[in-house]
Amino acid sequence: MFKKIPRDHLIFFGGAFLIFAVIQVLISAGILNDFFIVIILIGGAMAIVSIGLNLIYGFNGQFSLGQWGFYAIGAYCAADITYRWSVNKSADGLIVVLLAGTFSGLAIVLIRHALSKTRGLDALSAFTLYLLAVIVLILIALQISKFLIPPINSLLHALPPNISMELVFVLSIILAGVVAAEVSFMFGLPVLTLGSDYFGIATLGFTVIVNVLLNNSDTMFGFQEMKGARGMIGIPQVTTWFWVFLFLLLVVIFTRNLLHSSYGRAIVSVREDEIAAKAMGIDVAHYKILTFVIGSFMAGIAGGLYAHVNGFLHPNTFNFIASFNPMIIIVFGGLGSISGTLIAAFTWQVVLEGVLRLILPSGFETWRFVVYPILLIVVMLLRPAGIFGGWEMPYLRQILPPLSHKVKSHSTDDSQSANIKKLTPAPDGGISTENPEATK
Amino acid sequence: MAATASKTSAPSFVDLVIKKRLLGKGFLAVIALAAIWKLGVSLLANPSLFLQQIINGLQLGFVYALLALGYTMVYGIVRLINFAHGDVFMVGAFTSYYLITRFQLNLWLEKLAPGLPQWLTLGVGTFTVIIFSMMTCAFLNFVIERIAYKPLRTAPRISALITAIGVSFFLEYFGALNFVYTPNFITYERPFPLTVWVVSPQGIAVLPSGQAGPPGGIIFSSIAVIILVVSITLLVLLQYIVRRTRIGKAMRASAWDKPTSRLMGINVDAIISITFAIGAALAGAAGVLYATAFPSIVFSMGIIPGLKSFIAAVLGGIGSIPGAVVGALIMGQAETLSAAYISTPMRDAIAFSILILVLLVRPTGIYGEPEREKA
Repeated sequence: MFKKIPRDHLIFFGGAFLIFAVIQVLISAGILNDFFIVIILIGGAMAIVSIGLNLIYGFNGQFSLGQWGFYAIGAYCAADITYRWSVNKSADGLIVVLLAGTFSGLAIVLIRHALSKTRGLDALSAFTLYLLAVIVLILIALQISKFLIPPINSLLHALPPNISMELVFVLSIILAGVVAAEVSFMFGLPVLTLGSDYFGIATLGFTVIVNVLLNNSDTMFGFQEMKGARGMIGIPQVTTWFWVFLFLLLVVIFTRNLLHSSYGRAIVSVREDEIAAKAMGIDVAHYKILTFVIGSFMAGIAGGLYAHVNGFLHPNTFNFIASFNPMIIIVFGGLGSISGTLIAAFTWQVVLEGVLRLILPSGFETWRFVVYPILLIVVMLLRPAGIFGGWEMPYLRQILPPLSHKVKSHSTDDSQSANIKKLTPAPDGGISTENPEATK
Repeated sequence: MAATASKTSAPSFVDLVIKKRLLGKGFLAVIALAAIWKLGVSLLANPSLFLQQIINGLQLGFVYALLALGYTMVYGIVRLINFAHGDVFMVGAFTSYYLITRFQLNLWLEKLAPGLPQWLTLGVGTFTVIIFSMMTCAFLNFVIERIAYKPLRTAPRISALITAIGVSFFLEYFGALNFVYTPNFITYERPFPLTVWVVSPQGIAVLPSGQAGPPGGIIFSSIAVIILVVSITLLVLLQYIVRRTRIGKAMRASAWDKPTSRLMGINVDAIISITFAIGAALAGAAGVLYATAFPSIVFSMGIIPGLKSFIAAVLGGIGSIPGAVVGALIMGQAETLSAAYISTPMRDAIAFSILILVLLVRPTGIYGEPEREKA
C-alpha cells in the first residue's frame, strides 16, 4: 500500500529534525547565550544566501557577485514593512509592497509569455519594455493601496498582537524574496548576456549601486525610517530559530528537487557547456535568468531573516567587500555541493564571529581579521576544490557528474596536461545515462 | 506600453521596432541625452569651472590609469582579478610616507649639494621617493605571487580569486594593527611644497597660499604637474617595455598562448612574476601620487581607488593596455563631473552605471576583443 520511504530520505529528515530539536532545546533551556543564538540565526541566513549563490554559480556557472545586493534589498524591504507595522502601527508598507510586487510579477510573467512568441527582441529592448510596465504598475499599485490600507489595518489590529506580528513578519520575508527576485529579473535580463567575468563585474557593480542607494535612502529617496548611512534601528527582533530552520529546510528541499528535475539537468548543462546545451535544444538564456531569479529570491528571504535578528541594519553590512562572503562560503563548501554549503556557512559564521573572538586573548581582537585571511589562503592552497571536495549527502546527491571534472574554461592555465587530467572521469563519477550532456 | 498598444494596429511597425532594437536604443539614447544636456548646461553656465573640473578629472584619471594597468596586465596574462592590487597601492603610499617622514629621502640632494635650485633638488627627491616605493611594491607583489597565486595555476580560477581576496584582507588588517600603520587616518607630508598657479585672461600667476583664485581663473598646482609628468613617463616606459623589449614580447606571447610560449622556450612562470612586479610598481607610484593629491592616508585607502581603477580597466576592455588608460581617463572625468554637477554621494553608483551601460553596448569593453570561442 504505502511505498517504502528510502533510507536516504529518512536519514536526511531525521537528522534535520534532530538538529532542529537539539538547538531548540538548547535555546529554550537557556544554555546557549544570546551571542551564540545570534551567530546561529545569522549562520542560517548565510546558508540560505549561499545556497542561492551556489545555484547561480555552482550549478549554473554564472559568476555572480550581486548576491549580496539582493540580500540587502531583501533585508531593507522586509525591515521597512515590519518597522512600519510595529512602530507606526500601519500595514501601509505591507500593502504597497504586496500590490506592487504582485502586479509587477504578473506583468513580468504576462509580458514574458507574450514575448515568447516574438523572436529576435534583444535583451535591452525587453528590459526597457519591462521597466516601463513595472513603473506604470507600481504607480497604479500606489493609488490602489490608498483604498486598501484602512480596512486591512483594522482587520490586522483585530487579531492578537503576537499573531498579527508573526503574520506581517512572514509575509514581509516572502515579499522580500519576491522583490529581490523581480529586481534580479530586471537586472539580469540585459546583464546575463555578458560573458562570465564581465557578468561578475556588472553584478559587483549592482552590489555597489545598491549600497550607495541605501546610504542615501533618507536624503535622496525619502525613506526617513531607513536613516541612510546612520543605520536603521527599531526593527522588531522576531526572527527565531524555528523560522530560520523552516526557511532553510524549504530552500534545501526546493533546491534538491529542482536539481533532480529536468530543469535541474538543463541548468547544469548550461554550466558544463553552453554551446553543447544549445545544440541539445536547451534555451540557455531562459535557464540562466530562471536560476538567477531563484537564487536572488533565496537571497531576499535570507535578507528578511537577517534584518529581524539584531533589529539593526547598516549599509556597511552590505558593502561590496562583504559581498565576497557567500562566494567564499560556497568555494569552501565546494561548488555544486548543497551539504558542503550548509556546513561551510555555519562553520564560517561560528569560526569568524564566535571562535576567533573567544580564543584570541584580550588586546588581540584586531588580529581576528589577520588570522581569517591567513586561514582563507591556507585552505585555498591546500584544498582548492573546497574543504569537503564536492562531498554530498545521499539525499541531496544529484544524478550528475560533480564540478570537479569541469573543464578548461575554468582553469587559469590552459596547459595540455591540465586538460587531460580534468577530462578523465573521477572514480566515483556517477555519470548517468539520463543526461546526454554529461557524457562528452 | 506604447509598443503593446501599437501591436494590434500596425504589426509591421512592431517588427521594425524589434528588428532595429529601437526600444533598447531609445533607452540608451534617453540616458545619453540627459547626460549631454546636463553637461552642456553646466558648461554654458560657467565655462571656467567646467574646465577646472576637467583638469581635476585628468589628474585623477592619470592616477587611476597607473593603477588600472596593474589590473589589466595581470588579467591579461593569468585571467585573475587581482583584488589585492588596491592594497599594494596603499602599501606604496605608506612606504613613501615613512621614507619622507623618517628618512627625509626627498631632501637627499638638497643635503648633498645645498647650492642647487629648489625645484631641481625637490624634483629629484620626489622621483627618488617614488622609485623606492615602486621597488617596495614590486618586491611585495612578487612575494605575494610566489606564495599565494603560483601554487594555484592549475586550480579552478575561483580559488585564485578567493586567495586574492584573502591577500587583500591580510594586507589591510595587518596594516591596521597598532605596530604597523595603525587604524587611524594619518596626515601625509608631501615630498615637495605645494605651489598653486592661476591661469586667467591676465596670464599665469602664482597664487599665494590660503587664498581663493579670482573668478574666471583656472587653478592648477605642482601636484598636477608631478602627476602628469610621472604618469606619462611611466606610461611611455611601459609601452616601451611591452612593445620593444624581449620581456615585453614574452609577456605578450604568454598572454596569448601559454603552452606554445613554453614550447618556444619562454619561462612563463618568470614572465608572470615580472608582470605582477611591473603592475605593482605602477601601483606604488600611483599610491605616492594619490597620497600627494589627497594627503590623508589610512589602511583602507586602497579599496575605493582600487575598485574605481578596476572598473576603469574593464571599461576600456580588460587585458588591453591602451584600453586601461582610456577607461581610467573616462572614469576620472566621470567621477569629478558627477561629483561636481550631479551628486557627490552618488558618484560610485554613477561610475558603475556607466560601466554597465558601456558593457551592454560593447560586451567586452571599449578596446576589448570579442571573446574567443574556446576550441
